Amino acid sequence: MLEGLLMYAKVLLVGGLICVIAQVIVITTKITPARILVIFLMIGAVLGGFGIYNYLVEWAGAGATVPITGFGNSLARGAIAGAKTDGFFGALGGGLAATSAGIAVSIGFSYLVSFFTTSKTKKD
Amino acid sequence: MCFVKILIKICEIFIGGQLFFMGKILDNYVEYVESKSPKTGWFNSLLHAFLIGGAICSLGQMVGDIIKAFNPMMDIQMVGTWSSIFIIALTIVLTALGVFDRIAKVGGAGTFVPISGFANSIASCAIEYKKEGLVFGVGSKMFFVAGPVLVNGVAYSLIVGIVYFIISLF
Repeated sequence: MLEGLLMYAKVLLVGGLICVIAQVIVITTKITPARILVIFLMIGAVLGGFGIYNYLVEWAGAGATVPITGFGNSLARGAIAGAKTDGFFGALGGGLAATSAGIAVSIGFSYLVSFFTTSKTKKD
Repeated sequence: MCFVKILIKICEIFIGGQLFFMGKILDNYVEYVESKSPKTGWFNSLLHAFLIGGAICSLGQMVGDIIKAFNPMMDIQMVGTWSSIFIIALTIVLTALGVFDRIAKVGGAGTFVPISGFANSIASCAIEYKKEGLVFGVGSKMFFVAGPVLVNGVAYSLIVGIVYFIISLF
């Protein structure tokens, strides 16, 4: 029980701190959110490529996998895992294969949802 | 001597009084600016980003734990993917209902740095450009914000994969 609570504290700490770093960048500079996402993705891919990010995933679980850095990490880890099992073909396709479910759900579900909703004109 | 002291005293009172007066104007101005600018200051916005970002990650962890409880043999990466999928689906539903915008207004980076921001950007653009048609409206403008993330992500994964493959040859 205590161990479970400690895990959630770690998740909250790591996930929250990653968001706080991004929020500090938002406040202090004029970098747009899309650029921050790309920068964080790159950091995650680099750390994942060197195998450093996996230690954070082991320590903090979803606190490290849910932020966009975790997305970059799984792209990099997927490419490495593909290269290990399938050689060059795996190196080309492994990154997308590891993240394909999330991307497919976000695209397909958004497409589906857009049929049923209409955008409200913003009044501010 | 006494005269000079009185003069200094008068100057002090005069300057001090004037400074006091200026200070009062400055205080009023600061008060005015604070009343007009948005309420969330530095500390509050960081706190909100921390709490909401952490809450989204905790939700992902909770979903992962529930899945693991039902299916203990499942691979840890698959559990992570499932929790991401849950957050993505929940975000898209909340975006369609218009609730997510309100959370994002408070959460700031706490909502767009987790995977929910990626899902929200796709869903909100798809809904926004629906009136421009299905092919060039929804189909292409869906990736207005998410496109750069996907393009960069795929490019990085290709680089990592190819570099790893070349290293593993030796």
